[in-house]
Amino acid sequence: MRLTINGEVQDLAGPLSVAGLLERLRVDRRKVAVERNLAIVPRAAYETAMLEEGDRIEIVAFIGGG
Amino acid sequence: MQDDSWSVAGRTYSSRLIIGTGKYKSYEENARALEASGAEIVTVALRRVNLSDANQPRLTDFIDPKRYTYLPNTAGCYTAEEAIRTLRLAREAGGWTLVKLEVLADRKTLYPDMIETIRSTELLTKEGFEVMVYCTDDPLMARRCEEAGAVAVMPLAAPIGSGLGIQNPINIRLIIEAAKVPVLVDAGVGTASDAAIAMELGCDGVLMNTAIAEARDPVLMASAMRHAVIAGREAYRAGRMKKKMYADPSSPLAGLI
Repeated sequence: MRLTINGEVQDLAGPLSVAGLLERLRVDRRKVAVERNLAIVPRAAYETAMLEEGDRIEIVAFIGGG
Repeated sequence: MQDDSWSVAGRTYSSRLIIGTGKYKSYEENARALEASGAEIVTVALRRVNLSDANQPRLTDFIDPKRYTYLPNTAGCYTAEEAIRTLRLAREAGGWTLVKLEVLADRKTLYPDMIETIRSTELLTKEGFEVMVYCTDDPLMARRCEEAGAVAVMPLAAPIGSGLGIQNPINIRLIIEAAKVPVLVDAGVGTASDAAIAMELGCDGVLMNTAIAEARDPVLMASAMRHAVIAGREAYRAGRMKKKMYADPSSPLAGLI
């Protein structure tokens, strides 16, 4: 399954949920927000939101800024 | 001394200084400067997680979001759509609705695009955000922001990161006199006296980043800013003396030998 994650194309074996993706990327889910094809994935839906071929995923977190 | 707290969107704060968290050498230095500043609100940015090193230090490990109010910004956004997308993600990441909106016009001046800013303020307010709005020091534009739903208006003192200080004190004062929401000077403060002048004009607070982060000693400058904001505020509340053209002796003339 080909996904674009934070602008980079990655091939990952499916089926894969958002929760599964964060685990595979070793990202602490409590500290990030996830967007899938420009729509927010609510935290409560990480287990049930299944990724599909071509999905564009953004994983973001707070950093220093003015 | 009576309580001199201020409120924005239903939250009450005793410090009138808000500091940014960008441009520091490390999050550790940032945390020490924050402590010295006494600030209770910090601005933060939202960016992509570095997936090649997902365990790198995080801001939240150094500055506790339960102790300090995180104010997510839209730095780097040039359209309403970009700003709204960013703040929806910030709301999901943090779980709060108080945000700082800045929609910029061009990279050289980082001057706010007020047409996009006002449009964004309206849209975000309708979505349930409480929007503190970075704006020009134009009294009409500040009023338009307030009418669009801004919970605070934050005119620039001078361009972001310029350190030039308040360029247009008359306009800042006009904005303060007309506003029903808090007015904070945001951007352009260079040193402690700039912050004091903002507060002497009657601002509810001052927001700054570079003036502290790029000082030779950021922790000491954070402390200076804390005192400057308090001094400026107290001077404003005390009511300054009238300016006069000629001297007026401080010692009585009666009883001169």
